Amino acid sequence: MTVDRPTGSSPTPPDFVLQAPSGAYLSLNPVTKLLVAAAEVEAAFLIGTWTGPVLVLLLVLASAAIAGVVSRLAVIVAVTVPIVASILLINGFLYPGAVDVIVRLGPLAPSVSGFAFGLQITLRLLAASLALALAYLTTRTDDLLSDLERRGFGRRATYVIGSAVETVPRTVDRAAEIVDAQRSRGMDTEGRWWRRVRGIVPLAAPVVFGALTEVEERTMALEARAFSTPGPRTILRVLPDAPWQRLVRYGLLLGLIAVIVGRITGPLGALP
Amino acid sequence: MSLRLEGVSYRYAGSAADVLSGIDLVVEPGEVVGLVGANEAGKTTVCLVAAGLAPATIGGRLEGTVRIDDLDTAAARPYESAQHCGSLFQNPATQLSGTAATVWEEIAFGPRNLALPLAEVVVRVDEAVRLLAIADLVQRDPARLSGGQAQLVALAGVLALRPAYLILDEPTSQLDPQGTRLVGDALGALAAHAHAGVLIVEHKTDLLAGLASRVAVIEAGRLVTDGPAATTLGDERLPAWGVQPPSSVRLARAAAAAGVSLV
Repeated sequence: MTVDRPTGSSPTPPDFVLQAPSGAYLSLNPVTKLLVAAAEVEAAFLIGTWTGPVLVLLLVLASAAIAGVVSRLAVIVAVTVPIVASILLINGFLYPGAVDVIVRLGPLAPSVSGFAFGLQITLRLLAASLALALAYLTTRTDDLLSDLERRGFGRRATYVIGSAVETVPRTVDRAAEIVDAQRSRGMDTEGRWWRRVRGIVPLAAPVVFGALTEVEERTMALEARAFSTPGPRTILRVLPDAPWQRLVRYGLLLGLIAVIVGRITGPLGALP
Repeated sequence: MSLRLEGVSYRYAGSAADVLSGIDLVVEPGEVVGLVGANEAGKTTVCLVAAGLAPATIGGRLEGTVRIDDLDTAAARPYESAQHCGSLFQNPATQLSGTAATVWEEIAFGPRNLALPLAEVVVRVDEAVRLLAIADLVQRDPARLSGGQAQLVALAGVLALRPAYLILDEPTSQLDPQGTRLVGDALGALAAHAHAGVLIVEHKTDLLAGLASRVAVIEAGRLVTDGPAATTLGDERLPAWGVQPPSSVRLARAAAAAGVSLV
């Protein structure tokens, strides 16, 4: 395979590196997408009881459809099913102070208000998770870091952000490997819930300790690649950033602050 | 001009004992030097000290001097040492930046850290790609490579800094036979065509026999022998130092013991 690049006197990176993402949502500046996600998370938790999370969910799904990543978001929804189910069950059956109990089953008292509250929490969590997932799925980490650096963020700060973003899929992969290893040694991690709970300890310890060991290795590997050189790094490609996107970002920032102030001072109601 | 360790002793931070004691080791430009020894003998520590990463990055106490050509690592910052002496570690997964979308961008990570002009970054990446013959990988996602491929990409990332010396700490220890062969072939080509001095730590003495011109043995933090590869790898004390001789040496010994001539 050869690397295609435009002819010219000065060598330039190959086309597949220079090529900016295309499409109405994908081509947005990474910082715009990040701020949109932050605003959506805030709106999901701080606006109204049902309005905020429902509007955010609709907005995220529409954006995902435009970006063509709906099927990948569906995978994330599937992953959240156990958490969603537990939130619904715990709140539905054990909601304190419920006056609209459907039926009493010993210590359990399923209630309409309990299920409604559980559903509301579920929608908030789902909307916030999907908003962040959409930003992750539609943004190349290196693009986000380059753009933040271009705006004056230090390379260490930006790398921490990028590394944190990439840690999630890496940890999921590592956890899957450990689960396979534990199963091959006879550990039963499927079936009834207590078996699953029992499987968490031999999974969590290697994941946590492995991650801690990796930190030192990664630090040395970064130093060996001159990461601590002072000053800004070379930028491979300048990402599009139209004036209207700047306006949107300022608007989002003001909105973020306004909602928090509104929640604290009262116009939008007390914090949930 | 050489990578030179003189009277080097090193103690990790918080440790009561030296891990290295009085190490004298020289790697000349264009020379491939092997370092072997049992587990915990101090091989990785030699690599960290020689590359200027210890104590600069991980702390500890260093005695003696480590010079990379004219650079005294005790007075240098890690990013300065990295431009003179590149390091490749055991685990390919932890050496990749984790932020690049393609292998090309991953290899460009080091040169970009140096804030080189973009054209220079491109030249260096292309040079490293050509040297390791990995042009077919450049568009791939670094997170989806095999262990051997990832190790080659990590090596390319180090080569793109154009160091005068390379330190390879068990570069094949976490690879399957196919990955070992892949990296071994690339290292062979590198040793033959690059002008860098190479210090390679490797348990696989068969691989070392084909790469190194000189081999040193470390035992409990001290160098116990340092000589031509054939002499060191044929030394009868090798098993006692916790090192398995190459298969050719073992075969010759087994044949001699059985009274069979292999000539």
